[in-house]
Amino acid sequence: MHKAEMIQKVAGLWPEIVMLIGATACLFIGLSKGKGPRRSTPWIAASTLVIAALMVCNKSGTTDEPAALAGMAGYIKLAVAGIGLILLLVAAGVPNRLRQSLDAETAKTFEPGDVMTGEFYAFFLLSLTGVMLTAGAGDLVWLFLALELTSLPTYVMVATSRDRVEAQESAVKYFFLGALSAAIFLYGFALIYGATGSTEFTEITRIAQEQIAANGGTPPGLLLMGMVLAIVGVCFKIAAVPMHFYTADVYEGAATPVTAFLAFVPKTAGAVALILLLSLVGWPLPAPIASLIWLIAVVTMTLGNVLGLLQDNVKRVLAYSSIAHSGYILVGLLAGPAVNEAAGGTGGALGDGIAAVLFYLVAYGLGTIASFAILGCLRAGDREAQTYKHISGLHKNHPFLAALMLISVLSLVGLPPLVGFLGKIYLIGSAYGAGYTILVVILVLNSAISAAYYLRIASACYFGEPDESVVSAGQFPRYAGALIAATLAIVLGIVGNGLVNASRNATTPTQSADTGHLVQQTAAATATTTQID
Amino acid sequence: MDLLLLLTLFPLLSALPLMLPIKAFNCRKTVWSYALLSTLVTFVFSLIVAFKFDFAATGTMQLAGSLSWVDAFGLSFGFGIDSISLWLVMLTTFLMPIIILGSLSAVKMRVREFYFWMIVLETFMLGTFVATDIIFFYVCFELTLVPLYILIGVFGSDNRLRAAKIFFLYTFSGSMLTFAGVMYVAFVNSVNTGVWSFDIQTLYLAAAGMSLAEQSWVLGALLAGFAVKVPLFPVHTWLPLAHTEAPTAGSVILAGVLLKLGTYGLLRFALPMCPAAVVEYAWLIGIFAVLGVLVTALICWVQTDVKKLIAYSSVSHLGFCVLGLFALDIDDAGAVGAVMYMINHGLSTGALFLCIGMIYERFHTRDMAKMSGLGRVIPVWASFTVFFVLASVGLPGLNGFIGEFLTLIGAFLSPSNVLGVEYAAFAGVGMILAAIYLLYMVGKVIFGPLLVPDVHNDDGSHELNDLNPREIFTLLPLAAACLILGMLPHGMLASLEAPVGRLTASAKDAAELDTVFVEADTQGTPLRLAVDDHASVSLHAPLIKTAPRAAER
Repeated sequence: MHKAEMIQKVAGLWPEIVMLIGATACLFIGLSKGKGPRRSTPWIAASTLVIAALMVCNKSGTTDEPAALAGMAGYIKLAVAGIGLILLLVAAGVPNRLRQSLDAETAKTFEPGDVMTGEFYAFFLLSLTGVMLTAGAGDLVWLFLALELTSLPTYVMVATSRDRVEAQESAVKYFFLGALSAAIFLYGFALIYGATGSTEFTEITRIAQEQIAANGGTPPGLLLMGMVLAIVGVCFKIAAVPMHFYTADVYEGAATPVTAFLAFVPKTAGAVALILLLSLVGWPLPAPIASLIWLIAVVTMTLGNVLGLLQDNVKRVLAYSSIAHSGYILVGLLAGPAVNEAAGGTGGALGDGIAAVLFYLVAYGLGTIASFAILGCLRAGDREAQTYKHISGLHKNHPFLAALMLISVLSLVGLPPLVGFLGKIYLIGSAYGAGYTILVVILVLNSAISAAYYLRIASACYFGEPDESVVSAGQFPRYAGALIAATLAIVLGIVGNGLVNASRNATTPTQSADTGHLVQQTAAATATTTQID
Repeated sequence: MDLLLLLTLFPLLSALPLMLPIKAFNCRKTVWSYALLSTLVTFVFSLIVAFKFDFAATGTMQLAGSLSWVDAFGLSFGFGIDSISLWLVMLTTFLMPIIILGSLSAVKMRVREFYFWMIVLETFMLGTFVATDIIFFYVCFELTLVPLYILIGVFGSDNRLRAAKIFFLYTFSGSMLTFAGVMYVAFVNSVNTGVWSFDIQTLYLAAAGMSLAEQSWVLGALLAGFAVKVPLFPVHTWLPLAHTEAPTAGSVILAGVLLKLGTYGLLRFALPMCPAAVVEYAWLIGIFAVLGVLVTALICWVQTDVKKLIAYSSVSHLGFCVLGLFALDIDDAGAVGAVMYMINHGLSTGALFLCIGMIYERFHTRDMAKMSGLGRVIPVWASFTVFFVLASVGLPGLNGFIGEFLTLIGAFLSPSNVLGVEYAAFAGVGMILAAIYLLYMVGKVIFGPLLVPDVHNDDGSHELNDLNPREIFTLLPLAAACLILGMLPHGMLASLEAPVGRLTASAKDAAELDTVFVEADTQGTPLRLAVDDHASVSLHAPLIKTAPRAAER
């Protein structure tokens, strides 16, 4: 890479650099002997996120990045930093609760050395840095490293989040399956490199378009194989079929606040990675890849929702719900940027599948994080509150939490006018725009199925008899996190203009003059491609 | 501030203090008075709206306005009313204070929540009627589920959890498909115009260009939501359960207003958006409507639970309403009658649910086998009940008659390629059955040998009291409304003709074109394009189409 390019690239990475500095600071300060400095680590993490967010805001619009979806990186970085703050509120206290969480008989004397305040927040920041880097990736190697940077810290976070063997079991499962998936998509990346002879996205896109056009609209074997493996491998990150098996177990085993983290952060990274990967072949997707994603989307949402119905453990229910939402997200990915109108036309945001995905990630994140945070606010005796029985009658003793739970599940089910509903409109609009009518019907039927288990959660909270062993976990920041997430779910639903426009601008190529005319680029290749249904 | 917006939002805003930690609201009577005051103020607002409304105006929507929502999607909170909306708004605001008045002794625990959700529900119901943006309508349509879900689930009787869940899931599943259908129409519009919009008038235009196949799918999607809500015959099974388990106030609001959201949706969206498909499938919908009328009437006959009987009678009665909506007769007798029926059914059935609630509060049972001859011991209650039963049965002179008669006339005069005489004839049998089962209930409960169940009063006494002044004042306005609408329906009917005509115009055109095509096909005559001359046809000279039914049916 040329030196000037290098400098420019690094100049665009200041938010990530700040995050890394913050993470390192947390790591070292976390090692100090005194309690005071160690206690300061969450504050350091918070200020790091704020500074990073401010830098993203400040930077946006001034420099154009050499990536195809130029605005996306800024949007994702800001979203990750913002939601990261909520997640930090939710997760605050996880590390220092460890010893106290044991029951009286087995409790050891408190050992300050065991408290891992520092590492936890360092890993937290590192994982978020990974998502930010993923969004800015312009190269296969970069993408791989960024994805791994997102995932590796989460394995440790799961393992250390609870002082119970379940957490370790989850972490091991998560790690091995994660490593397997990394191998699969790395193999895919290698094949893509083999097919096109480059690791740079712009170069791959150009060569892939040529090859696809030459091959009559479908990618040639090697490229296709590479794409399929890459897509299937990345499905692990978004917890989509066929790489979804770990989800329920891992989400159940991890401490609830860490589960909230898992449900949002790696999924965002995965969705962004899929956007970048699919943009290599361009929309409308070549038939084999479109069929694959169509199939994955349908199976994922249906399986997630049906299995969600069968669970008794609310954490597992929410895990399956998160699988189902990945299915919805894939619908937007399949639809791709608006094809019916000229890029950046006056047609408004509806019809743009990528913008819909970016919006939906935030909408889903708020609902899911709020519901996990509410669960995290409760303790059933010496254990975590996890089952329907534990949240039963929540309304009586914790009316505030019950109301938040109601809001967040209603947002997840897509009840208007909450933010989840706008997300559904966005996705459905884009799916219609790309001609996937049957997929829309499947999507709304799935929403109807999902209503059954979301409603069961709400019913338990409002109509059940309280379980007297369930008490508040006494984590004020976690309440605040749940409150902020649920409030945003309402506010962004009613005053949704800002976020919709932001997501739309993130994918409108007119912002960066030099590159990114993705739609126009691919329009040439569309003549011969076909779509299913 | 726009008057309509104020009217819609006022209940919501006035409900919020009930959730704040205000000590005064710990007293049951204070909360009740507050709720009563709030709903009365809303009623006054609606009277002002009615006063400002120009019944003679010919424009589409009056007092219209809009708040921006998500511009990038073309979404807005657009509102405005025509006389159909106005009458339904009036029905809602009129029923609410009455329901609150009747709930004082019925609700004893979690009082704040009860009135909070009741008042919030009012906002959403009003929102559906004033919306001119289809997603705004849909938002309110869906949001009515949440308050009622909680009202049934918390304040209902023994089987309330099941009832609440079934109610929510049933209606939500249907309306998700409606949502997909609506989005499809909006998508067609966006392809035609290049801009996404959810304005109802704009979507009418877009929908007009859809092919028959597309219209049929959209009609199916709309029916999935609205037919469940009405409820139309094969998908009515949630209703009896919800009605019997709901608290009295919930039942009244459900029968009085919420079921009308379904018929309102059919009239406002299904008829103008998929006219060709409506003509194509009217026979099927008509069959289900008539089957609903007859089958549920027979089910009513064998009920022993009074409340369940009235619940099934709702299904039966709304069958007439749907029949009227899809009659598409040239003078709109059917559709105008259907709207009238919506109002009347809300009044008389709502009142019957209130009467039954009063009995239930005294006896803690609704079993017809356990009570008989009550007319002798509580004559005031008995008089009111008989009055409302007669209104419900369709006694000429009371309100029920007008709507029922007009819907049947509509079905009778319906073009032969839509509905026809046989539908009217079978539905007419339903009228007789209605008289039988309701009068049978009256004969059993109010007349006959005296049999009084154990009485459980609030104060612990076991003495049977007739209606107290509060209860009389609850029922009196309803009785007055039934009588006035029964005796002087002309004003209301006249005000409904123009807006209903606008909504059914395209479907009637489609029906006529269909007839013309059939005539042309069968007789070899050239196409006769006779449309847009309906205005000159008066009620006295109904134009009956005699073209043969299409061969493929």
